[in-house]
Amino acid sequence: MILNQFLILAAILFVMGVYGLLVRRNAVMVLLSVELMLAAVNINLVAMEAFWQTAQALGQILAVFIITVAAAEVGIGLAIILLIFRNRRSANVDELDLMRW
Amino acid sequence: MVISSIAPALYLAAGEGGAIGAGTGGIWSEWAGLMLIGPMLAFLVIVLFGKKMKYQGAEVASAVMAFNLLWSTVLLVLNMGDQGVLYERSIEIASVGGGLVFELGWMVDGLSIMMYWVVAAVGLAVFVYAHGYMKGEVRVTFFFAALSLFAGSMLVLVGSPNLVQLIIGWEGVGLASYLLIGHYWEDKENSSAAMKAFYTNKVADVGLIIGVVIIGIALGSFHYWDLAAAAAEHSELLGPVALGAGLLLFIGAMGKSAQFPFHIWLPDAMAGPTPVSALMHAATMVTAGIYLMARTFPLYQELATAARPWMMAAGTITLFGMGLLALVVDDIKRVLAYSTVSQLGYMMTAVAAGGYTAGLFHLFTHAFFKALLFLGAGSAIHAVHSNNMSDMGGLGRYMPHTFRTFVIGSLALAGIFPLAGFWSKDEILATLGYEGYSLVMWIAVAGAFITAFYMARAVSLTFFGEYRGHGTPHESPRIMTGPLWALAIPSVLVGVVNIPGVKLQWVGNFTSWLSVRSVPMGDHHAESIDFGLAAVGLAAALAGLWLGWMAFGPKAAMRRSDRDWVELPLLYPLLRRKYYLDHAALGLVWTIRSPLARAVNWVNDYVIDGVVNMAGAFCRRLGSLVYGGVDQHGIDGVVHGVSYGASGIGGLVRRIQSGRVQQYAGLLVAGLLLLVVVVLFVL
Repeated sequence: MILNQFLILAAILFVMGVYGLLVRRNAVMVLLSVELMLAAVNINLVAMEAFWQTAQALGQILAVFIITVAAAEVGIGLAIILLIFRNRRSANVDELDLMRW
Repeated sequence: MVISSIAPALYLAAGEGGAIGAGTGGIWSEWAGLMLIGPMLAFLVIVLFGKKMKYQGAEVASAVMAFNLLWSTVLLVLNMGDQGVLYERSIEIASVGGGLVFELGWMVDGLSIMMYWVVAAVGLAVFVYAHGYMKGEVRVTFFFAALSLFAGSMLVLVGSPNLVQLIIGWEGVGLASYLLIGHYWEDKENSSAAMKAFYTNKVADVGLIIGVVIIGIALGSFHYWDLAAAAAEHSELLGPVALGAGLLLFIGAMGKSAQFPFHIWLPDAMAGPTPVSALMHAATMVTAGIYLMARTFPLYQELATAARPWMMAAGTITLFGMGLLALVVDDIKRVLAYSTVSQLGYMMTAVAAGGYTAGLFHLFTHAFFKALLFLGAGSAIHAVHSNNMSDMGGLGRYMPHTFRTFVIGSLALAGIFPLAGFWSKDEILATLGYEGYSLVMWIAVAGAFITAFYMARAVSLTFFGEYRGHGTPHESPRIMTGPLWALAIPSVLVGVVNIPGVKLQWVGNFTSWLSVRSVPMGDHHAESIDFGLAAVGLAAALAGLWLGWMAFGPKAAMRRSDRDWVELPLLYPLLRRKYYLDHAALGLVWTIRSPLARAVNWVNDYVIDGVVNMAGAFCRRLGSLVYGGVDQHGIDGVVHGVSYGASGIGGLVRRIQSGRVQQYAGLLVAGLLLLVVVVLFVL
């Protein structure tokens, strides 16, 4: 089995996620970019587990955890975005400077 | 603590002949200090717990006095007869330096036993009486506490084996008298009288203290027996300073014993409640000066003989001049006060003439009848609520017990045979005659006439004629008349203990009571009665009584004009104004005071204020230096620097906090990349 193609795929996905996180203005898109980065990490974990074949299948277990956490995170994030949108008629992150000093 | 018991041998060595064997008095002497401590403890107990007691402390004070009377009576009996009692105990408290030690203790010899007994006997009578007299008055508890302090201080004084403890008792007596004279301090007059007594005594006390210090330094000891021994052998140590020290001690005695010109405080001291006057005049205060003169008698007898004319002069002026004043005052207590001053003059002349026994014998008898007279006067005052004889009159009908006892006291004081005063006054006259002071003796005879005159006047105005006051007077309760009778008995009887030429089988006589003592006495005691002199003295007294009765008796009282002849021109106004001595004393105080005040004011304005101002200016300069240099620039600089620094750093750092999530995320990624670069390439 060749590991490289999985790692390259994961890297591409991760960079795409970072790009989206930094550049997109819509909060929903930012959240989706975060999901991309998490997916990249999951690919890495599963690929490395398949490559090294650990006895306890730690990579798969971690990937399942991350999927769970990501689902919870997206649930909360979308709820926050929904509330912000309702209050401000916009979900643009660059307009959200509530957290300034 | 060193406890030393001095063997009687020391005393006997000091005595010149005549000293007879003496016992120590056993346990009664060894614990005689209880008599000194008892009243002091009573004072403390009454001050602390008196208000809770049933009789407000009177029971404690009286019980202690009764104990003292019992104890001193035992000592008196032991001292009777040929075997006297001699004991002394000193407890070292502190070393003063220069070989001098400060000791406290007690002395048991004839003189101090006599004083213990007089203080206890008169004290008990007065305390019991005061319980009735002070009923319903203000501050009764405090009154009895102060009375205990008064008696206790006097016992410390007379029980002292050395001159330092004598000063302690002396000042304690002064303090207690101040408190008691000013008992009704709400009236300015009373507190002024208390201050006058205190100040006058204080001026004289300076003499006493300096005298004692001189003796202490010259002699290296404060003990009486050292003083007596030094005087007996005409010590080189004491010789040069003896006259000065003797005169200074005499000034102290003049203050306490109210000798001219220090007598001015005593009549004003009548502001206190009457029991205080009785105690003060009979036992606890004015006798202190005579006691001191008797204790230091050898000093005057052997070394400071040049002081004796001064003592004689002061005593003579006092006995005659102050007796005259008693003729013109209206306040019955003042009559008795001037009478006391006059009688103290008798004692002083006797001691000055060398009549140690004569002076002390008069002190002894006088204590009883003067206490009796004061308590009787108090009883009359209690009944009519006024001190003035012009508000009395005719009290004999209303107050039989007071009347009878007062008459007994008056006759005793006037010196009528065979009452106590007759014997003691006769002994003084005999001593003056024997020692060659015939002029003084005739003045003393005239004094006896005056004494009888003013007592006849006082008795007539108080107890005879018509009642001139308000309401109806009543006899005082038994608790007051009881002590009157208790004092009337010794006023009649005590004279017999010293009839010249008579020596009772085991009682002995007063002279023998005093003969065992630390001091060598060169004094003379007549072996038989000088009938001529006794008759002259008695005739003078009877003439005085007759004249007083004629001038102020009930017949004369009917017609005021009959009495005008008494008011002699010149003399009468002079007496009414007390020889202007109060004015003179006040003037003296003023003349000393104004320049002194001005000098002190100058010192205050220029010296003290200058120093204070300079110190102030210096501090101001120093302060502005510190403020401008250190505070404004140094400390404030640091504080400001810290705050500017913090604010500047804050201003820089806050720019990161843009609130833009993506910027944060970008920084996060940048940090991550940096971390990756470091991990991959640097490490």
